[in-house]
Amino acid sequence: MGSLRQGLAKTRQAFFGRIAQALGNTEIDEDTWDDVEAMLIQADVGVPTTMKLIENVKNRVAREGITRTDHLDEALKAEMLKLLERPTPMNVSGRPLSIVMIVGVNGSGKTTTIGKLARRMQLNNRKTIIAAGDTFRAAAIEQVQIWGERAGVPVIAGKPGMDPGAIVYDATEAAYARKAEILIVDTAGRLHSNFNLMEELKKIRSVMGKVVEGAPHETLLVLDGTTGQNALNQAKKFQEAVEVTGLIVTKLDSSAKGGMIFAIQEELGLPIHYIGIGETIYDLIPFDPDRFIESLFENNGEEE
Amino acid sequence: MPIFENLSERLQDVFTQLGSKGKLTEEDVNTALREVRIALLEADVSLSVVKDFVKRVRERAVGAEVTRSLRPAEMVIKIVNEELIDTLGEAGRLNLSGPSPRVIMLVGLQGSGKTTTGAKLSLHLRRDNRKPFLIAADTYRPAAVDQLVTLAKQIDIPYYEEGTSAPPPDIVKRGLQKAKDAGATVVIVDTAGRLQIDESLMAELKAIKELSDPAEIILVADAMTGQEAVNIADGFNRQIGLTGLILTKVDGDARGGAAISMREVTGVPIKFLATGEKLDAFEVFYPDRLASRILGMGDMMTLIEQAEALYDEKEARRLQERMMKNEFTLDDFLDQMNKIKRMGSIGRILDMVPGMGKLRSQFDFNDQEAQDRMKRVEAIILSMTRQERRKPELLNGSRRRRIAAGSGTTVQEVNQLMKQFREMKKMMKQLSKGKMPNFPGLPGM
Repeated sequence: MGSLRQGLAKTRQAFFGRIAQALGNTEIDEDTWDDVEAMLIQADVGVPTTMKLIENVKNRVAREGITRTDHLDEALKAEMLKLLERPTPMNVSGRPLSIVMIVGVNGSGKTTTIGKLARRMQLNNRKTIIAAGDTFRAAAIEQVQIWGERAGVPVIAGKPGMDPGAIVYDATEAAYARKAEILIVDTAGRLHSNFNLMEELKKIRSVMGKVVEGAPHETLLVLDGTTGQNALNQAKKFQEAVEVTGLIVTKLDSSAKGGMIFAIQEELGLPIHYIGIGETIYDLIPFDPDRFIESLFENNGEEE
Repeated sequence: MPIFENLSERLQDVFTQLGSKGKLTEEDVNTALREVRIALLEADVSLSVVKDFVKRVRERAVGAEVTRSLRPAEMVIKIVNEELIDTLGEAGRLNLSGPSPRVIMLVGLQGSGKTTTGAKLSLHLRRDNRKPFLIAADTYRPAAVDQLVTLAKQIDIPYYEEGTSAPPPDIVKRGLQKAKDAGATVVIVDTAGRLQIDESLMAELKAIKELSDPAEIILVADAMTGQEAVNIADGFNRQIGLTGLILTKVDGDARGGAAISMREVTGVPIKFLATGEKLDAFEVFYPDRLASRILGMGDMMTLIEQAEALYDEKEARRLQERMMKNEFTLDDFLDQMNKIKRMGSIGRILDMVPGMGKLRSQFDFNDQEAQDRMKRVEAIILSMTRQERRKPELLNGSRRRRIAAGSGTTVQEVNQLMKQFREMKKMMKQLSKGKMPNFPGLPGM
């Protein structure tokens, strides 16, 4: 937990830490709600979700007869928690080989996440292989190979410009030969609004289904935690194209708050499996709604 | 497609309930500004920046004359747009004066697109008849050096790298010497992605800045950035001093409100937009285009400008007087129709007006159909005598048959037009009492 605390320390002091301060212990009035609204908006929660949260908190406050601001953060936490689901375990067991497909926009942190994820799998005694499916971006193959080394996980790679479907095919063969249980497939970053590239992603996905029954068993969208309201659109478009099954939110060690996950969970119901909180291979931790929200509220005394 | 209802639609909804008075009242403006605020927040403009912006718009808008050509909603949009363009500032140019080679440092968060931007920028500079040179100073991200080298080779730009073994400031120092020897005029330094709150990595940037005396220190920022944009831009600017911004991934569907936040908080100009996967997908920044995008308005501003140009104040007043006196004739009708025609095809107009996509399907006509219909209406009116055009009540059965034959249409069509014309006159009478119109209805719409 220490690392999440550290990772989110800057986050909470920036805004949510201020909730306690701003609220203090006074009568709840219009200013109070303006403060709460400002904090949620600044955490990238988005206007519609913010309005809804405030509405819900107001109802709760009325129902429970809360009049003082020092009880307000509990009410707010409770309502925020209602929007976040506890993730179910990933669907990566119960068959000889499970394929995890990693997708996302450019620069969201897919390759780094794959390195961290592979290490986690390996630590759980799940023999893992990585397919270097980003054959487009310059040096993406080298990048994932370095992460593979760090994680102690073999990387199956082709040449730049090769058909990613062919890599998937090769990697599957290799996985069976080496009796690996999990194959993580990297894909090139692409903007969800790029029709051709999204079509290509669908093709890569269908290759997986042909080589392993029911694959990909998990399709994880890697979202940059500093992204604003466009995150919801990203999630929608990727879900439409390749049936995303879950999310990993990266860069939460920044001062960004990652508030867009509320709207995404609410609207798409996608589980968040992990969050990325730093640059080392250890900096990927399971998403825990309680801790996520709790950390946002914590005041660590590092006020600006 | 914007996910959220866009600003102009919001404002139009609000203003349909309000009348059109001579001036925008404070109440009108406040109502509109609530919508402006939400639209900006949904476009990811940072809250503190939104607050200041709304304040400035309020000052400009209260008491502004509502012209005949623009509805109050359009008036507010116009003011918002102008303020937005002012805020976004001038189209940015690189400042590369001074002894050659001049250094451009690219800085930013992880994944914002610095390395790709470095390649794009060098291509742009070479096309501008300069001699660019790249230095790979990102020794942290695995294969970042390989990436830069691959790109540099692709577009045949000279570069310097030392792998990941040396401290970045040392690499830059040696790279600069190489660049000088190679006769480069501009050196682009690709630095590692870092959080603005990472003190040790920010210190490294300061060291590179001190030894290379850069002409430009450009923050490369993801157009999809959320509220965090202010903190990122402010953090980099305070610690190392920025001279410009480059916005990347602009080819996505994010509104790019982060640009306003970053510009506002740093005061430095936006210089380029990176707009695609290809290395030449790199554009000089134009504030007006980005403003429209942030407001989610398509080419609304173009439409408003055209409407203004075509619909001058004097003529509007003349028409209004005629309406009041019930003198609006078929000639005026024809005139109106031709104006609309001049504004471009109906399809284009519908495309320019946000939210019209819906309307388009509702009316279920295609461009050709609407144009044909307009042509037939024109033919009918032109087949009338001058007198008939001025006094449509003259049109009895035999006159209508003659007009139909003369225009190659049918009596039913003539009847339909006359009915529409009567309805339009009725509507105009109401409008002249203070409810402001859209353009007079098109036949058949």
